[in-house]
Amino acid sequence: MNDTDAEAGLSSPSRRRFLRGSAAATVFLLACHVPFSRRALAQQPTNNAPPIHKPNLFVKIDSDNWVTVISKHLEMGQGVTTGLATLLAEEMEADWSKMRFAFAPNDTSVYNNLDFGPMMGTGGSSSMHNSWEQMRMAGAAARAMLLAAAAEKWRVPEAELKAENSTITHKSGKSATFAELGQEAMQQPVPEKPALKAPGDWKLIGKQLPRIDSRGKTDGSGQFGLDVRRPGMRRAVIARPPLFGATLKNFDASASKKVPGVREVVKVPGGVAVVAEDTWSALRGRDALKVEWDSANAETRSTDEIQAEYGKLADGKGLVAANRGNATGTLASAEKKVKSEYFFPYLAHAPMEPLNGVLEFDGNKAKLWGGSQLQTIDTNVLAKTLGIEPGAVTIHTTLGGGSFGRRGTAVGDWVAELASISKAIKEKTPIQLVWTREDDIQGGYYRPMVLHRVEAGIDKDGNIAGWQHKIVTQSIFASTETPFTSFMVKDGVDHSSVEGVADTPYQIDNFSVLSYNAKSPVSVNWWRSVGNTHTAHVMETTLDELAKLAGKDPLEFRLQLLEDERDKSVLQLVAEKTSWRGAGDKRGLAFHKSFGTPVALVAEVDAGEGDFQVRKITAAVNCGTAINPDIVAAQVEGAVGFALSTLLRNQITLDKGRVVQSNFHNFIPTHIADMPEVEVHIVPSTGTPTGLGEPGLPPLAPSVGNAITAATGKRMYSMPFLMT
Amino acid sequence: MDLRHEYGWPSPLPPSQRVGPAATLALAALLLVAGCGERKAERPDNAPPARASQDGDHWQQIASVLTHPRCLNCHQVEMPLQGDGRPHIPRVERGPDNMGVAAMRCSNCHKSGNNQASGVPGAPHWSLAPESMNWSGLSTAELCQQLLDPKRNGGRTPDDLAKHMGEDPLVLWGWQPGADREPVPIQHDKFMEVFRAWVAAGTPCPQQEQSEDSA
Amino acid sequence: MISVEINGEQRELDVDPQMPLLWALRDHLDLTGTKFGCGRALCGACTVHIDGEAARSCSITVGDVDGKKVTTIEGVSGPVAEAVVGAWRDLDVVQCGYCQSGQIMSAITLLTKNPSPTDADIDSSMVGNICRCGTYQRIRAAIHQGAKKAGGEA
Repeated sequence: MNDTDAEAGLSSPSRRRFLRGSAAATVFLLACHVPFSRRALAQQPTNNAPPIHKPNLFVKIDSDNWVTVISKHLEMGQGVTTGLATLLAEEMEADWSKMRFAFAPNDTSVYNNLDFGPMMGTGGSSSMHNSWEQMRMAGAAARAMLLAAAAEKWRVPEAELKAENSTITHKSGKSATFAELGQEAMQQPVPEKPALKAPGDWKLIGKQLPRIDSRGKTDGSGQFGLDVRRPGMRRAVIARPPLFGATLKNFDASASKKVPGVREVVKVPGGVAVVAEDTWSALRGRDALKVEWDSANAETRSTDEIQAEYGKLADGKGLVAANRGNATGTLASAEKKVKSEYFFPYLAHAPMEPLNGVLEFDGNKAKLWGGSQLQTIDTNVLAKTLGIEPGAVTIHTTLGGGSFGRRGTAVGDWVAELASISKAIKEKTPIQLVWTREDDIQGGYYRPMVLHRVEAGIDKDGNIAGWQHKIVTQSIFASTETPFTSFMVKDGVDHSSVEGVADTPYQIDNFSVLSYNAKSPVSVNWWRSVGNTHTAHVMETTLDELAKLAGKDPLEFRLQLLEDERDKSVLQLVAEKTSWRGAGDKRGLAFHKSFGTPVALVAEVDAGEGDFQVRKITAAVNCGTAINPDIVAAQVEGAVGFALSTLLRNQITLDKGRVVQSNFHNFIPTHIADMPEVEVHIVPSTGTPTGLGEPGLPPLAPSVGNAITAATGKRMYSMPFLMT
Repeated sequence: MDLRHEYGWPSPLPPSQRVGPAATLALAALLLVAGCGERKAERPDNAPPARASQDGDHWQQIASVLTHPRCLNCHQVEMPLQGDGRPHIPRVERGPDNMGVAAMRCSNCHKSGNNQASGVPGAPHWSLAPESMNWSGLSTAELCQQLLDPKRNGGRTPDDLAKHMGEDPLVLWGWQPGADREPVPIQHDKFMEVFRAWVAAGTPCPQQEQSEDSA
Repeated sequence: MISVEINGEQRELDVDPQMPLLWALRDHLDLTGTKFGCGRALCGACTVHIDGEAARSCSITVGDVDGKKVTTIEGVSGPVAEAVVGAWRDLDVVQCGYCQSGQIMSAITLLTKNPSPTDADIDSSMVGNICRCGTYQRIRAAIHQGAKKAGGEA
């Protein structure tokens, strides 16, 4: 059932076009059987009525007249299952109270992310954007087939029929449920190009519908990867090296094997795995292990040494990420200038559900259960590690207990670990790999450390004269060959290192951005909003400084630099909703566009000597059509909560290479007492939806930072914010 | 570094809600992160006793135990400390019965013994000492006065105090805190001997010094 | 053998008495609604009720609950629990949902003991339940709504 995507060339443009082109035609029915995890369906709030027609690609109707949306995307909190269901139900005329979801199997030929090319995966705030047409087409095709079936059955013209609330009704009053018509509908031809509703006819899109994953997440029934149970399943934990880049020298498992419940202790590429009958025994077995590591190629520097190294790099020659006009020349003659250095530490994602997965491998076929975020990569990594064909790998995606980017890495790290354990063990039992919180916090794949140097100035009219910007960081996409590398890295410049600066929507005529790739064995990864986590803060803090130098209102200063009405719309809306008071306003303003979505925030902060408390964040977003405005609001609220931890206190630091932080006592996420009130306003739009899982995050730091500056005069040049 | 943020620890109360200098000091203690040696060095209780008498030595020995984090961490105003005197994570509060608030009770995590798996310490009736028995920010002279004041020692006579130190399982935990926690500096037998000697000598206290409050 | 009443049912647990209750619930009784988040009583994802009190099951041994009554998210009942869970659904509090079992368990305890909590009361009782998705604003609102719904008890 699996496409051999590896051979097909993951980034082949012709293949990508083919799949995009064929998507509309194949959305609804294929004459193949797609296996659904019964367990995944069991978490839905209804009985497990047998399907009355073959399950197809994006929609399934059961005999109880519930409609199941098949989600090709991982639900990790962003509300994607509700969003996809909304699109489907809208066009299908399905009853919202009888919608449920199941996760699609790993089949890149069908479930690819249309924004990624032939790659099944979730990320880059792309889910609703890439599914916008596809899922509505699927719904419209299903409705057309149900209508055609009813017309044929009742021998009436289709024009006399109406689809509503999962029922087809004839003007005579005769009616049948979708379930009753399902079998006949399956026999109807799949419409090539079903007509989609005009925005004015939408009943569900844009409405505040309840989430379809809410029930399973409030009664304990929702199944996350760590909740998967398979017959005979054993638990495994891995002892990993204490230093990044260190490798296993030798180990003594004699004490470990004496721990009751421990079954096997095996060497795996990443360290030593302890396999036991339950998690507690596995953990105790690991505690009893004696391991020696070879640190010859390990990172042994401390954070301050790495930071100093970054500074040296920035003194040298960089790679050109953007260059227009003559920034050096105009800056030399600028009226007033700012020159600043910013520093950002490594950050762990720390999703509440630590990494985990279950793998069943019988020597020929492999089945994975877990919060797989990049199923295509995970499929290929499993196949390669186990020495089987990708087609012999099945992934049962489960709910992800948060991710923020961690569950999907270019090397499929946790999936590879699982495969290596399954390969190494003698007793071929299903294995559940469990990461502890310590494994997670100290396990790398961090948001990279970053150093920015920016020099910018204004002319005598208070307009930006020139802007020179240097960014030193570890490249995420160039460090390993990933399926994304070819389109993310150009001439050595990793776009994710400079995004938000090099492609700023601000019209700055004399502008230069240089990129510097630092090296370290510390693994790095995309972390909710990726490069924008740091670039937004530097851009928006610098703009605030320049506006102040120019004696201008920071709002007007920004509006004058923007051209796109959509970008301006969020600044205008947030100004209106907060009654922005111009140059002397004591609140903090910030704007940033990422993943196609502009967001403006106004922060109200109590700040004094050595302390601050964020009281309120008012947000304006323009994400095209807000498919579910309440989930849009929730994502912005959540982005504020997530980002706040990085301003307040979160950082991963190294002491001679060792990660200092280990759990939530010294890497403390935002808690309820930190949380400000968040008010979200959405610019009305019926355009194609753009990202929203990430764009709320980047402007938080500069909005709060600018408010702190307004209150104290102090600028926030590093994260976490140093108040003293 | 702003330690409040590093520890996710509560906003300082607005000035109107501060209950005099003790609260300010409690906050100072909250913001103080150091090994116990360093921490003690911050305290102005290193003034020599007025007389280098044996009684004074007794009291200084007693004080070295009472001001140790194993004791002092829970003789706080509103929120306990942990480890070597850092803020308790997660944030917890005294509550009406010194055992926390509705869904954040001491016993939600602390049971009758240390928990090996989580590292959470435990002993019977794990709780903050009553607020009247707050010792944070006191000089040893003030601590001595307070320890003998029935209004601020739980209504105890010196003999009651000896019993408390000798038998209370939560107090005794300070001598055997387990894991990598540092026990109080003097062995229990020896401590009791010193304590009884101090009681027998009439519980002499050092002369009043300037406390941190008034300094 | 440890005997404990779990969600109204008497269960015998033949495990190491030092095993954290969390792992006994999850691995031996397949009650997976109680979540592992930190293992050190720092995040609240594993919160259950023991004899009506909130408790961090990662920091409580099976031996500690011998002869006691344990309630997990799968077994909560009564007007306060219904009001809390109902409010959680009404306001769509959840995002990833992983921490929410623990949040709900703490909220039920809070409202059982304090039927009309202020924002400060909510902070004091919920500060030990971490939500990485940042759903706190809705948690606060849902507790207030739950308090209103369960108002008959107040």
